[in-house]
Amino acid sequence: MRTFDYTRVRGLEETLAALGEPGTQPIAGGTELVNWLKEGIEEPRRLVDINRLPLRDVGFADGVLRIGALARMSDVAADEIVAARFPVLAQSLLLAASAQLRNMASIGGNLMQRTRCPYFRADTAVPCNKRAEGSGCSALHGDTGAAAIFGWSDRCVATHPSDLAVALAALDAVVVVRGERSERRIPASEFIRLPGDEPLRHNELRAGELITAVEVPGGAERSYYLKVRERASYEFAVVSVAAVVRAEGGTLTGVRLALGGVAHRPWRLTAAESALVGVDLGDTTALRSALAASFTEARPLAGNEYKVTLAQRAAVRAIQEAAA
Amino acid sequence: MNQDTRLSLTVNGEEREIEIDPRATLVDALRDRVGLTGTKKGCDRGECGACTVLVDGRRVLSCLTLAVTVGGAEITTIEGLAGEDGEPHPVQRAFLESDAFQCGFCTPGQVLSAVGCIAEGHAGSPDEIREWMSGNLCRCAAYPQIVAAVSKAAVR
Ligand SMILES: Cc1cc2nc3c(=O)[nH]c(=O)nc-3n(C[C@H](O)[C@H](O)[C@H](O)COP(=O)(O)OP(=O)(O)OC[C@H]3O[C@@H](n4cnc5c(N)ncnc54)[C@H](O)[C@@H]3O)c2cc1C
Ligand code: SF4
Ligand code: FES
Ligand code: FES
Repeated sequence: MRTFDYTRVRGLEETLAALGEPGTQPIAGGTELVNWLKEGIEEPRRLVDINRLPLRDVGFADGVLRIGALARMSDVAADEIVAARFPVLAQSLLLAASAQLRNMASIGGNLMQRTRCPYFRADTAVPCNKRAEGSGCSALHGDTGAAAIFGWSDRCVATHPSDLAVALAALDAVVVVRGERSERRIPASEFIRLPGDEPLRHNELRAGELITAVEVPGGAERSYYLKVRERASYEFAVVSVAAVVRAEGGTLTGVRLALGGVAHRPWRLTAAESALVGVDLGDTTALRSALAASFTEARPLAGNEYKVTLAQRAAVRAIQEAAA
Repeated sequence: MNQDTRLSLTVNGEEREIEIDPRATLVDALRDRVGLTGTKKGCDRGECGACTVLVDGRRVLSCLTLAVTVGGAEITTIEGLAGEDGEPHPVQRAFLESDAFQCGFCTPGQVLSAVGCIAEGHAGSPDEIREWMSGNLCRCAAYPQIVAAVSKAAVR
């Protein structure tokens, strides 16, 4: 691990000024960053401890839920309004990581986490365009079992592991970021980036910017987060589904769906969302054929065709559970 | 290069002044600088729970905590759980009675995680305990006995 200086900050202006210095990174819960320091994935010259900034509140006002970027995953999941009005959000948090990690990990840090692609996390250097641009992609010609089926490029086929991001995408949430001069509001479904030609750009945050909050409109009482994984707890998703539904008399009148584990960002199923309106909740065959509308563009790799089937079946169940 | 800075840590109610590199994790600071080796280092990557301690009463992983970030906080390790008379903590007693360990390497982390789990109100049933203790792996697979010990301690 390379040496770095450590400073604590208390105010927003002070933080933004500090982040303006090259080689500076904020640290929140440290559950990603400390691993990156150990692996040499990041080598900052200075760490700025942002944990004393007043960005921990969770509150609902004027029809919008606002979550401070430094609120801890465990505290957000336990918040009464979140649990009652945004079940999909609480579930996405409680099904992630472990109790200890959720006590440490912040909402902003969660969205900043990086892929769990084993080649990216390797402790000896192997070709990986997300580690060293131009070095190649070991996964593309290696084990593609965990890789993306949507939105990948020949530069990188990784998926993004955040459960929270998937729930936020289905909820049409907004990520609020502050730079030294201005504030930007980025749709949660676009905050994490597809690899394209720039796999090194993991997300939309620019140098010197700080995530200050996440805003979630309205309520989503009928919603559900389904996480399919290789063991029952303390594991990343193979595939996950966030479903937010409206229904009248057993018929769907509105659906918002996002998938995790299938792309390097939460994958909204917009075509299926339209096709699902008017479909009877008990009619599994009709639900399946409406969902198929969003899977014509799936591009599975050698080892992950199973995800195309798994994701559609999981989506059917998530819709039915959300409406129940 | 020696980059050590002075750090004051409150461990098990006692204030300790140590010299520490900003890169040091809390588990290393506790074991190598404070001299309390009860906290174990398993994976050093946040994956096993062996290094669990309480910081301001919350269970966290000391291998992913930089020691400098908890200056001023109250840290509780396995050495600080027993009562003043040396009487084991109720969770420690339940682990003994239920035979909830074999090699014992994961045990300090299990015990502190169990203290957190019970305080959070997540020890109501065996299923709930299994879910909320899933961050603590046990290579000896003493899981049934661990769940029994946590259940027992929760009702005391
Ligand atoms: C064993 C293990 C299992 C896990 N399982 C899951 C899982 O199942 N699902 C899941 O979703 N996640 C999982 N995680 C990931 C975990 O949720 C993240 O590590 C955590 O949310 C990161 O938050 P943090 O506050 O610790 O971030 P830090 O480690 O402090 O920071 C991470 C990055 O974000 C930057 N950053 C932090 N806060 C801000 C901010 N406000 N503005 C701008 N930049 C910021 C930091 O500079 C750093 O680059 C797991 C992690 C581990 C170690
Ligand atoms: S999939 Fe992406 S992260 Fe994984 S090896 Fe290829 S370039 Fe690296
Ligand atoms: S040593 Fe900290 S979680 Fe394994
Ligand atoms: S008792 Fe041996 S690892 Fe748990």
